Amino acid sequence: MSRIVLRNLVKSYPGGDRRATDEISLEVADGEFVVLVGPSGCGKTTLLRMVAGLETPDSGSVHIGDTDVTSLSARDRRVSMVFQSYAIFPHMKVRQNIGFGLMMRKVPRPEIDRRVADAAAMLDLSDYLDRFPSQLSGGQRQRVAVARAIVVDAGVLLMDEPLSNLDALLRLQFRAELKRIVHQIGTTTLYVTHDQAEAMSLGDRVAVMRDGRVAQIGGPLEVYDSPADRFVGSFLGAPPMNFFPALVSDGPALSVGALSIPAPSSLARFAGRTVLVGVRAEKLAVSTDAADGFLPATVEVVEPTGASVLLTVRLGDHELKVQAPPTFDTRPEASVWLRADPSTMRFYDPETSLALTV
Amino acid sequence: MLEAGPIEYTLQGFVAMKTARRPLLLIAPSLVFLTALFAWPLIFGIGQAFTGTGGPTAAHFQRMLDDPYFWPAARNTALLIVVLIPLQFAFALTMALLLRERPRFSGFYFYLWVVPLAISDLAAGLVWLAVFTDRGYLNSVLSSLGFDGYSFLSHENPASMFIAVVIAELWRATSLVLVIIVAGLQGIPKDYDEAAEVFGASYWQRLRHVILPQLRPSLQVALILRTILALETFAVAQALTGRNMPLLVGETYQWYDFLQNPSVAAAIALMILTVSLLAAAGYLRLMRDQTGSPR
Amino acid sequence: MRRFALQVFCVAISLFMAAPIYLITLAAFSSRESLNEFPLPLVPTDPSTETLSGFLSSTGVIAGGVNSLMVGLNTVVLALLIGLPAGYAVARYAFRGRQPYQLFLLLTRALPIVVLSVPLARIFLTTGLYDTTYAVTLLHTALALPTTVLITAAVFVAVSPEQEEAAQIFGASPVQAFVRIVMPQALPGIAAAAVFTFVMSWNEVLGAAILTLNQRTLPAQVLSTLSFSPLAYRFAGGFALVVPALLFIAIMRKYLLNMWGTTLK
Repeated sequence: MSRIVLRNLVKSYPGGDRRATDEISLEVADGEFVVLVGPSGCGKTTLLRMVAGLETPDSGSVHIGDTDVTSLSARDRRVSMVFQSYAIFPHMKVRQNIGFGLMMRKVPRPEIDRRVADAAAMLDLSDYLDRFPSQLSGGQRQRVAVARAIVVDAGVLLMDEPLSNLDALLRLQFRAELKRIVHQIGTTTLYVTHDQAEAMSLGDRVAVMRDGRVAQIGGPLEVYDSPADRFVGSFLGAPPMNFFPALVSDGPALSVGALSIPAPSSLARFAGRTVLVGVRAEKLAVSTDAADGFLPATVEVVEPTGASVLLTVRLGDHELKVQAPPTFDTRPEASVWLRADPSTMRFYDPETSLALTV
Repeated sequence: MLEAGPIEYTLQGFVAMKTARRPLLLIAPSLVFLTALFAWPLIFGIGQAFTGTGGPTAAHFQRMLDDPYFWPAARNTALLIVVLIPLQFAFALTMALLLRERPRFSGFYFYLWVVPLAISDLAAGLVWLAVFTDRGYLNSVLSSLGFDGYSFLSHENPASMFIAVVIAELWRATSLVLVIIVAGLQGIPKDYDEAAEVFGASYWQRLRHVILPQLRPSLQVALILRTILALETFAVAQALTGRNMPLLVGETYQWYDFLQNPSVAAAIALMILTVSLLAAAGYLRLMRDQTGSPR
Repeated sequence: MRRFALQVFCVAISLFMAAPIYLITLAAFSSRESLNEFPLPLVPTDPSTETLSGFLSSTGVIAGGVNSLMVGLNTVVLALLIGLPAGYAVARYAFRGRQPYQLFLLLTRALPIVVLSVPLARIFLTTGLYDTTYAVTLLHTALALPTTVLITAAVFVAVSPEQEEAAQIFGASPVQAFVRIVMPQALPGIAAAAVFTFVMSWNEVLGAAILTLNQRTLPAQVLSTLSFSPLAYRFAGGFALVVPALLFIAIMRKYLLNMWGTTLK
């Protein structure tokens, strides 16, 4: 088990117009599960590959445990990895595939057999050890890739979008299983995905990346509830966080068009300025009747999802997503009234999109 | 070797971990070898063609032009290309479209139709010699049907001689075009064709407006490749007609082997090279166009 | 009806493609005497190996066959030795000069054999290589090399770099990763490139005829004796040259489309 410490990692590709990673510093504690999440091209895979030793940073350093591994090749870093394409070897049977890392490290034969059997049992592969990968389903290949990665007992486990090639149902099943397995073996894990739901569900901490930088890192709920900027709020969560501008008036209160709603008292120091209000769809209370402190809005689209009803409503010039209880009865063009608890509202600078400390 | 963005990305990533010198070390032997066996002889050959006993001279080219066989050889070579290649493309396209309909035994048909791919032009000439020679199989069939025999390969019948060479080349070298077209057809998603069918296009309309335009890159490549190769044709004609139907490359061989005059041979070879390079220039231009296109 | 018409066309083309092969086989297995008959029978009436054995016992034929075999095998080895690393480099590295290098390969493919052969004969005369199988091997390697590089590059591209990376993550050195992971997967494709090279060498006539005098390869031997040999000899020669082609296509059927598909790039 070892922690990972990344210091000021810079990497640019020849011909690329900007840095793939721009001075990234990050620490993953011993035994921690950190997920790197972001849109494609944000540098998350590059960062992972620098930890693996598959890329050399232009500057900065990578420490694993207490060792500076920046100049070590991949094979000398004692890391383990699950690849997006699985990269299991088609000309080897499942048994040899899982045991490959142990064989390369010259582990004695009986021990290889024992550890391969254990890993296979953990991943329900015991009956498939003598098959070739071409005789397996996609989900089983994925299991082989994971088994191969956990059997070597490396200090650090790296995963590059391991679930992205599975179909939706299988992905959901295996996600939970993966979480259980990683928890069980307790290895320090760095995990890359573009799927925000996956990031939230798996990580002890989630690092949201954008344009080669870490926009925010924190526990899943922290990142979800208090996005550090507008990008993080829109990227995490389905539907994304609602944003609309409002003028802070004395009281303090927020003026949205001609309407006014109460604001947290700490907002008083922004009086006279326009701020961007961010609020999650499920934090908006919705009612078919007018009431005090409620804002009138017009329903545009109604989408029942079973567990709830997702409404697209128009509030003045802004479109908002609202999550209503499944029994909520409305239809397009109907009027509804919205209210947000001041404590659930987040405030952002309209120019920099960064969170305002209130 | 153009791939979609993400693959290019991994490729670059993979490169970054290696030293920049390694790929150059890996291609160095092939560069040295090819330079030694292509560039050196090429320069040497130019020297041979332009140098006489007394220094630089155009005398070898003069001798080449004065030779009574040269102009017929040039004419035959040009005629062969002009007649053969359109026929070959029509034939190959027909075969490819038939296979595309997935007839029963299509695997067997494909095997049979591409067998000549591995047959040399000398062998093809000998095979068709058995058919066209005076007492060969074609005349045997004709005579058993009650017709008179015909000297197809006699120098008195230049037309039938030419046709025999065209048929033998059609038989031998169409398979290369076929393979390129079949590979090209496989690269065209069926969706386009089906979409056109849904919107009411007939088979010929689909062929004309959907399939052929998308096949264009393959057809162009095949065209230039075949043109270069057709310029080099000689053993088929040699085996079928001897020197009755001279071709340019055959003349080079004559000058070199029987007339023992490497300089004139080199002069003709340079002629062929010039024409080939023009075709190759077209080939490379085409490659650039493809590289530049977003698809 | 449509299906029927389709089959009629296919059968007609097949007859055109197969008939000459049938006839040359028939001729090669007819006795010398029956080849002089007219009209020639279209079915085997008097099967005999006389024509073929007569051909094989002619001067220079067996020796030519051996030479062809030697040249072919040596060409395969040399072309792979030089071409394989280059193919790997083209497949795996985005190095500066990769594009020009590929253009250079394509350009060499457009050079007619005859342009090289005549000056090479002169060069080989002065270096003492003239009239040896080595001379022909060198020429054939040069001819096969661009294709070898392009085919092997396509073969290596098909093995994802992630597999090599995975091997290295799990403790393999770059050489181990290549030998244990890439080679086993590339082997069928490399074998295809080898067979392709061999057949190219086996079929090449002009260069071999120009570069040798006594150490003829089989096609060069047949070509040089063409004008004064009897018909039976020529038929048997044609048959001997066609047989490897049938085997070649049977072995390579699976790879044909890939091969010509990829060399186009």
